[in-house]
Amino acid sequence: MVKVGVLALQGDFEKHIETLDRLQVSSVEVREKSQLDKIDGLIIPGGESTTIGKLLVRYELMEPLRNFAKAGKPIFGTCAGAILLAKEIEGSNQDRIGVLDIAVKRNAYGRQIESFEADIFVPKIGELPVRGVFIRAPIIKHVKDGVEVLSRFADNPVLVKQGKILAATFHPELTNDTRIHAFFLSLFSA
Amino acid sequence: MSEILWSEKQKATWRNKVGLAEMLKGGVIMDVVNADQAKIAEEAGAVAVMALERVPADIRAQGGVARMSDPKLIREIQDAVSIPVMAKCRIGHFVEAQILEALGVDFIDESEVLTPADDRYHVYKHDFKVPFVCGCRNLGEALRRIAEGAAMIRTKGEAGTGDIVEAVRHMRTVMDEIRRIQHLPIEELMTVAKEMGAPFELVLEVARKGKLPVPNFSAGGIATPADAALMMQLGAEAVFVGSGIFKSKDPARRARAIVEAVTYYDDPVKLAEISTDLGEPMMGISARSLPEAEQLAVRGW
Repeated sequence: MVKVGVLALQGDFEKHIETLDRLQVSSVEVREKSQLDKIDGLIIPGGESTTIGKLLVRYELMEPLRNFAKAGKPIFGTCAGAILLAKEIEGSNQDRIGVLDIAVKRNAYGRQIESFEADIFVPKIGELPVRGVFIRAPIIKHVKDGVEVLSRFADNPVLVKQGKILAATFHPELTNDTRIHAFFLSLFSA
Repeated sequence: MSEILWSEKQKATWRNKVGLAEMLKGGVIMDVVNADQAKIAEEAGAVAVMALERVPADIRAQGGVARMSDPKLIREIQDAVSIPVMAKCRIGHFVEAQILEALGVDFIDESEVLTPADDRYHVYKHDFKVPFVCGCRNLGEALRRIAEGAAMIRTKGEAGTGDIVEAVRHMRTVMDEIRRIQHLPIEELMTVAKEMGAPFELVLEVARKGKLPVPNFSAGGIATPADAALMMQLGAEAVFVGSGIFKSKDPARRARAIVEAVTYYDDPVKLAEISTDLGEPMMGISARSLPEAEQLAVRGW
């Protein structure tokens, strides 16, 4: 049985754990690098990407996480998590893991009053839309070769995959729909 | 792939509002009075800043009527950082709230730290696109604010004192009341709702789920990493630090330490390291020595 780690330095990690609970998958909050050896895949939650990035550096998790990705272990980042996975962050030199070939722009839809919900179609997981909850969300501006766009909203990619790394600019963990998490779990055995 | 049009989105839903509060969990929201302090806060790892003209300790010391900050100051702080910027309006002052929404602040704190504009009513927060946070001292007050539309609750503590005792008391009160009503038979809950002055439906929801329907943060008196970790262990999901940072000797260092303490709140070995050699904390005043007229927490109806 797989064990999924949820990076718990800051952000809505509990919501991801609740989603994994609904899928009856065992999970653990990750705050130490030594825990990475004991998990099969990792979720990086929503939150403040600058805060999480700084804590990753201070608690020496950055390099171990890059190695985790290099070893082909599945990683799923939502919103701040997607920003931390991106190689390029427009106009920012903030700390990042930088293992996904995309360029993102932070807070690209505007301030909080521009946060929104919309139906998102992800053909890979079925015909029914998922409810995309976008909160001060980033926009994925470019994807390089090798990055598969699984869904778009108004022309911009919102769910992308490269190898076993999955990134969403919205928050599937804030809805009761478990399909995107289930898709992530399918990467463990792929 | 079916195309969804830009115009089919729904903006500023309840889920968007509570969702931002969810994103701030496990973080520290810091009071700042200018762009330089905002940058120090962001660099230290704050998840958001609260833009103010005076921190609570100065409002206390200087007296007078405390109002919403000048929009110029708020804009300067918005331009200085990429993290969310919050600002305070006076209790019941819905025009200050309208102005803050027009400025595009990310969260409004309808705060007892400012001088109340209305001695009977709070802002009807569902009318706004921007989410609100409100203070509480007990479960009834929390649920009244949530019913009015608050997307986040913070226990009040006693702002500007650097004394944690009131923050602890308010957090314990809320958590105790939640624990208590979980075990009551349903026929008693209407009377509970009447006695605490809270909407029956919200009392039912809390009794069933064992938690507030929105995130519950802690404020008012946090001055050290240990204070922050204490509030987290008591059940806070994040902390607000007001005067505690920029009234201390070495704000950057203390800010960073409090950020780390909120992440590693249940790891005493790390907390010992985090708490080491931070320079002097804010001086503070004993909250219990304050006459009622100087207590901020009693503001709120």
